[in-house]
Amino acid sequence: MVLVLLGVTLISSAAVAYVQSLTGSAINEAKQNKQANAIRQVIPGEYNNNPIAEAWKVTTPDGEELEFFPAKKNEETVGTAVKTYSKKGFGGEVWLMVGFYPDGRISNYSVLEHKETPGLGSKMNVWFTKNGKGSVIGKHPGTTALKVKKEGGDVDAITAATISSKAFLDAVNRASAALAGNADSYSGATPKATADTTKICEEKAKCDSLCNLPCKH
Amino acid sequence: MSNISNLTRGLFKENPTFVLLLGMCPTLGVTTSAINGMGMGLATAFVLVMANLVISLVANIIPDKIRIPSFIVIIAAFVTIVDMCMAAYLPSLHESLGLFIPLIVVNCIVLGRAEAFASKNNAWASVLDGLGMGLGFTMSLTILGSIREILGSGKIFNSAIYNEHYGMIVFVLAPGAFLALGYLIAFINHLRKTN
Repeated sequence: MVLVLLGVTLISSAAVAYVQSLTGSAINEAKQNKQANAIRQVIPGEYNNNPIAEAWKVTTPDGEELEFFPAKKNEETVGTAVKTYSKKGFGGEVWLMVGFYPDGRISNYSVLEHKETPGLGSKMNVWFTKNGKGSVIGKHPGTTALKVKKEGGDVDAITAATISSKAFLDAVNRASAALAGNADSYSGATPKATADTTKICEEKAKCDSLCNLPCKH
Repeated sequence: MSNISNLTRGLFKENPTFVLLLGMCPTLGVTTSAINGMGMGLATAFVLVMANLVISLVANIIPDKIRIPSFIVIIAAFVTIVDMCMAAYLPSLHESLGLFIPLIVVNCIVLGRAEAFASKNNAWASVLDGLGMGLGFTMSLTILGSIREILGSGKIFNSAIYNEHYGMIVFVLAPGAFLALGYLIAFINHLRKTN
């Protein structure tokens, strides 16, 4: 009896291991492709470096990592893609890739992962785009705090999905704050941290050294 | 039992979703769109066919006492294989089905067919049974997914039928799954009685 059970588990695990050796590289490739596609989608214009090779990371106070992918054309930064998150989604974490122009405006975004309600919060992949109803493209989270209208902001929330919308903006604001160099101060309690431009400029030295961006007032 | 009845039984007479009422968790959980339902159904069908085949071959050498654990290990191995293959070659579908793929392991249909059919019949009959049940499951999930997608978001297989604005959101959410499934079962029962 023991032998039969041992045999069954041995053969099964061998089969699984074999399939894993076949598919492992393809799974990794699919993941990297997805990331590379997201970066290409959110960066404005052309670039000729490899943003993934030049990526850097910042650890946030709650232990997650924000990743930065700088896109350069002939050594000049044309934009930065930031892999960011929010933990305030209706169904859990929301992960985005947000692209920024060198001056800190949003160029585009791509939703990497979410567990929001299908048909409601899941609309975030189109809602905030250029032709969407609550477009955030071209907005500057550093100067105009991104908030939903219910909270006095100027972004239309997704109909019947205010929580998902807030989570989306939370992730965008976090990316913007981190890009400006004050990831530590972004609490996520309210989206106002990014609007706190005085703070940004107190940390101007840090900001300049981190991303070579002129500090916006 | 003839081979043909082994194959067709799962499609209508003993359809796992509408008649046997097995595997309700993925049925209600993933059928938010037609393509999700179909992907889930096909993944389950593959596991059913392979698990039925292997189990019917090894059933005689497995002692009765460890029958269930052995079956589960065999089923889990095939589910893991499906999961990895989907992640590698169909990443977007894999993402939308998410956790439900590994949960095929605990799908009652798979263990139910292994226990009730494959362990007592030969390999060929078991494969046909698994195929029939799998296709029946795929069919019912696709129908349910299509209905929910049409009513909920005005689309079918992602191509728009009418403006999404007029969709009844409840059909995309959990209550809509119960509603649509309930009416479908009633309809199938009606057909079965009149035949």
